[in-house]
Amino acid sequence: MKRLFDLAQVSRRELNQALHDASDGESFEVTNPRGTHAVACGITAEIDVVVRGSVGYYCAGMHQRGRVLVEGNASTGLAENIMSGRVHITGNATMSAGATGCGGLVVVGGNAGARCGISMKGVDIVVGGNVGHMSAFMAQAGNLVVCGDAAADLGDSIYEAQIFVRGDVESLGADCIEKEMRPTHVETLSRLLAAAATVPAVNGPDPADFRRYGSARRLYNFTIDDVDAVARAARERSEQERDTRAA
Amino acid sequence: MTTPPPDGLEPVEASDPGFWHLRESYTFDRNVIAEIRRAANTGIYRIRGWGAKRHLPTLDDLVFLGASMSRYPLEGYREACGTDVVIGEDRAERPVHLKIPVTIAGMSFGSLSAQAKEALGRGASAAGTSTTTGDGGMTEEERQHSSTLVYQYLPSRYGMNPDHLRVADAIEVVVGQGAKPGGGGMLLGQKITERVAEMRTLPEGIDQRSACRHPDWTGPDDLEIKIGELREITDWQVPIYVKVGAARPYYDTALAVKAGADAVVVDGMQGGTAATQDVFIEHVGIPTLAAIGESVRALRELGVHRREVKLIVAGGIRSGADVAKALALGADAASIGTAALIAIGDNDPAYEAEYRDLGTSAGFWEDFQAGNDPAGITTQDPDLSARLDPVLAGRRLANYLQVLTIETQILARANGKSHVLNLEPEDLAALTVEAAAMAKVPLAGTDWVPGVG
Repeated sequence: MKRLFDLAQVSRRELNQALHDASDGESFEVTNPRGTHAVACGITAEIDVVVRGSVGYYCAGMHQRGRVLVEGNASTGLAENIMSGRVHITGNATMSAGATGCGGLVVVGGNAGARCGISMKGVDIVVGGNVGHMSAFMAQAGNLVVCGDAAADLGDSIYEAQIFVRGDVESLGADCIEKEMRPTHVETLSRLLAAAATVPAVNGPDPADFRRYGSARRLYNFTIDDVDAVARAARERSEQERDTRAA
Repeated sequence: MTTPPPDGLEPVEASDPGFWHLRESYTFDRNVIAEIRRAANTGIYRIRGWGAKRHLPTLDDLVFLGASMSRYPLEGYREACGTDVVIGEDRAERPVHLKIPVTIAGMSFGSLSAQAKEALGRGASAAGTSTTTGDGGMTEEERQHSSTLVYQYLPSRYGMNPDHLRVADAIEVVVGQGAKPGGGGMLLGQKITERVAEMRTLPEGIDQRSACRHPDWTGPDDLEIKIGELREITDWQVPIYVKVGAARPYYDTALAVKAGADAVVVDGMQGGTAATQDVFIEHVGIPTLAAIGESVRALRELGVHRREVKLIVAGGIRSGADVAKALALGADAASIGTAALIAIGDNDPAYEAEYRDLGTSAGFWEDFQAGNDPAGITTQDPDLSARLDPVLAGRRLANYLQVLTIETQILARANGKSHVLNLEPEDLAALTVEAAAMAKVPLAGTDWVPGVG
């Protein structure tokens, strides 16, 4: 049985408390979200939540278990720091979708704005359309799949996360390079596309059309010179040569 | 380390009359020369901990007036002088109750050894106060050994876990830190061990440079929404602090209040546990003394001072005198980082020989980022960290916190106050024009506050 929460009638606090107190297997439907922030954040039970309409910041923030489906758009920080489970919006997401996510799957049916997947730590993000500038900035682990184009500075200062883009990449950020698509990457990508496939926009893309991007690993350690050591070695060499000549 | 002089030659001793004609340049002194030579050799900026080392106006530039004809003192040991502080009673279901007005500042597992974190937890818990996590998440040991634990929510979100958020006693949203307002932390490869790398989801052995800006909010309007989310996720159970480096304390404090903080933590430039670029440490931010009054002014104007929003002041707090003066200027509590590390054994002269091997000396050890701390505190090396006995080190910290508290009470009683939070700016005078101007208390022997009338 589905429990109904009309946010025109009940407060966000009542909704979120009910979600936090829910037991595994329960279903919820939320109507009239009207851009409310922090809707369905902090879910810890294996539940299903459908939100009919657009939400504000931090929808499904720190999501841990269960599934949240938003029929509409989401503002900043959709599913930020998601640990596991699934968060899925049919429309567009603004900035920092899936930011710092540690696990689970975030699906954006439309476009995602700037810094999609910033500092991601293991989450998988599938975007049906385009992503904004500086997406996957400082991304540490996980996969960002972009079925459309990526704006400037993709993957700037990226660590071990992987980025797959089907369309054009405006420019790559510092230390981000294109990498070879090996069979294992095709496999990962196919799995993610299949997992996200309830969104029409991402039904069908052929993994072979994607290119892979990741870290050149040139920023992992500081470059530290040691001129003194070079000078010392040169001095020792000339002393040795002098000794050899003397002998 | 710089190249030593050739064999047989010792550096000039200032005490030797034969060299009295030599005059060291104030602009290019030996320390400056060594730094230029180091930079020329390595091509990398200097990284260190230990906070601003230059001379700054400090709380030492203030004195208490004490009791006199018009007010009477309280009897030490006989008349009560309260020291407790409550944070978040207005909004949180479970406010934080501190027995003493001194807390332990945020320092991460990773930057500190597990033994050092345990020692801080044991000492603070024995004294009835809180410890704080750092940039790297919460460890089981840390939760277990701290009766009151504040969970930091940082730009990097390393190890950020909602389960930890829910078991914390308070949440501290870190906007900035006194050592480096506007900068991220640094942890060099030797400290990114397997466990630390796993907690932070980073490749082992990298030179970590943390993010300096939160990934999913920018500015005070967003922060208000973020604090709302944190309260929703934790079901409004615990207080939420906002920590800022002392930059524009009047505006930063007002904006933190507007964003919904239960406490504002203002960290002056003497804050020293963060390892970062020396140029950042010495040249960004303002001294603790200059920040307190400005934060208090914002709280007073908003009508929340000593009421809904508490002020915690950090950055170079060393003694009960520092604590008492911070409270008199309007803080509700002071927070210690470097002093707590010293209390548990940082820069211990017993390790002098090893400090020398590292090109330094006890009292000068500051390479908190490097991971080879002989005292076993700022390290992840199992042999070095095993040197720190967390039980004894915790006892040292508890003793030190007790001294800070009693010293604060001594000064409060001397000024006739039955609670340390009754201390007020009227109990203070400044010894320098700078301190008078910064703290907005009169220059001693005058009724003159520079810039005010």
